[in-house]
Amino acid sequence: MSNYLDISKVSIDFPTPQGPFRALDGLSLRIRKGEFVSLIGHSGCGKSTVLNIIAGLLRASEGGVALDGKEVNEPGPDRAVVFQNHSLLPWLTAFENVQLAVRQVFRGRMSRAEMRDWVEHNLKLVHMAHAMHKRPDELSGGMKQRVGIARALAMRPKVLLMDEPFGALDALTRAHMQDSLMEIQRDLNNTVVMITHDVDEAVLLSDRIVMMTNGPAATIGEVLDIDLPRPRNRVTLAENSAYNHFRQQVLRFLYEKQRKVVEMAREPDDAGASGAASRGGVAGLVHRLGRRA
Amino acid sequence: MTSISRQTGLKPWLRLVGGGHRAVFPRALGNVLLVPLAGIAVFLLLWALAAPRIHTSLGAFPGPLDVWGQGAALLEEHAAERREEQAFYERQRARNAERQAMDPSYQPRLFPYTGSPTFIDQILTSLMTVTAGFVLASLLAIPLGILIGLSRTLYRAFNPVIQLLKPVSPLAWLPLVTMVVSAVYVSQDPLVPKSFITSMVTVMLCCLWPTVINTAVGVAGVDADLNNVSRVLRLGWTTHVRTIVLPSAMPMMFAGLRTSLGIAWMVLIAAEMLAQSPGLGKFVWDQFQNGSSDSLSRIMVAVITIGAIGFLLDRLMLAAQSLASWDKSTDLR
Repeated sequence: MSNYLDISKVSIDFPTPQGPFRALDGLSLRIRKGEFVSLIGHSGCGKSTVLNIIAGLLRASEGGVALDGKEVNEPGPDRAVVFQNHSLLPWLTAFENVQLAVRQVFRGRMSRAEMRDWVEHNLKLVHMAHAMHKRPDELSGGMKQRVGIARALAMRPKVLLMDEPFGALDALTRAHMQDSLMEIQRDLNNTVVMITHDVDEAVLLSDRIVMMTNGPAATIGEVLDIDLPRPRNRVTLAENSAYNHFRQQVLRFLYEKQRKVVEMAREPDDAGASGAASRGGVAGLVHRLGRRA
Repeated sequence: MTSISRQTGLKPWLRLVGGGHRAVFPRALGNVLLVPLAGIAVFLLLWALAAPRIHTSLGAFPGPLDVWGQGAALLEEHAAERREEQAFYERQRARNAERQAMDPSYQPRLFPYTGSPTFIDQILTSLMTVTAGFVLASLLAIPLGILIGLSRTLYRAFNPVIQLLKPVSPLAWLPLVTMVVSAVYVSQDPLVPKSFITSMVTVMLCCLWPTVINTAVGVAGVDADLNNVSRVLRLGWTTHVRTIVLPSAMPMMFAGLRTSLGIAWMVLIAAEMLAQSPGLGKFVWDQFQNGSSDSLSRIMVAVITIGAIGFLLDRLMLAAQSLASWDKSTDLR
């Protein structure tokens, strides 16, 4: 299955008062089953737009996406999304949040007891068994994101889409979450598309890193195969020459070939107002830019 | 400390009675008991000083003591009326028993008591009317708010009409409502009096709008991410509304309901006054027409009662609001 997820010649235009704004131009990418792919690029380059098109939350103006031989034209639980700011329902406990997804996806296929077990199983997987019955406002940022991941995993998706899942977390929590994600990935071997602006994260987690050019009319600049053996350990990798070579290649792409003068001075991450502005403010409907917890 | 000084209303009183917050007790006592009491004392003092200087055709404006006296008199009148009523029924029963003893085939009849409604009766009537009008308004306003909040088109369609009707005074509605109710509500043996329906409908028409608007704004303001979650899960329309839209709109909805109830209470008094339908408004009007030396004091008793009930209703809604709100970090007041 070399093209389990097939993104072919995707372009998208957003209407603006100054006429259509082409955010993506002819982007093609094939992802194998069980592959972990990271999308990296500067803010405003349309990474989130790509993810939202795969998710079906946005429609491509040209081209299309096929998953497992079927065309994607609306959102669905086979393409579960982990949103950057967790997006848990604040009035439900962690358990109930996951349960909502499980009920919706497995209704008629699982008994009540099976559903409960499946919800608990997924919360245990992300190490949240101890706080299952707490509500989001009683959980830390990392814990909320764990629940968000559990909810996505519990849908048993064909592709797991992660939109800067750890972007809003502090460095230590982020490292912890990355280790957890690798652990889960070792067991489940999901097909994952993750957006990130963190070079280390991309190299550590991915099988392949897709580097995007700057917008407007962004597309794929370079693709880097990360053939580091798994399991990967961040501490030993720090001295690994292959790892450092990959890091350097990504850095070189981002800061030499696709240098963004204005934004680098102001805003190293992907969520600033500059990003929203360069999208003409339209994509704000779907992207949660500038809304970090 | 701040949580204590921030508190207003009933909660701190209950806390004091419950003996909580012992460490901050002296300060709490000062903030929640002495300061408001001092405020009330100043108000009473100014009132007592100003009242005798205001001369009306019914004598000087009543001071706090006159009003207190009339309050007690009104309660006493109520008690007397109830005793009278009881006595009336007892007399009837005694008479019936007597006649039955003489003639076993006699079918006893019990005539209803027809005394005039007391101050307390009028309060109860007003409370029933406001509750009925408010409940009816909420039953209409919440679904309407949800619908126009969910659809931009419906919102655009309804918004001008809502904005137009919102500022209309109850007094403008009342003649229309009276005529329509008289024409439509025709029954030989009505379940509730016509005046009750008229007041209720007027209250409903006036207190509908804050709930409609707040519910619509709350519904329209659902977090875009939560909408995306709903789309990814492919939640059906009803599940989407039930699990995502309603809970997130709940705080706004209750804020609207609270405003609505406040308006309902204000509108009701005016409507009762103008329509001569039973209730506190009619009590005020009757006292005004009566024009005895006690009238102004009695009207003041009614004014204070209306204020106190309005305050209690607001506290009640505040309690409901904080129960229904999932966002415990907001400071409701």
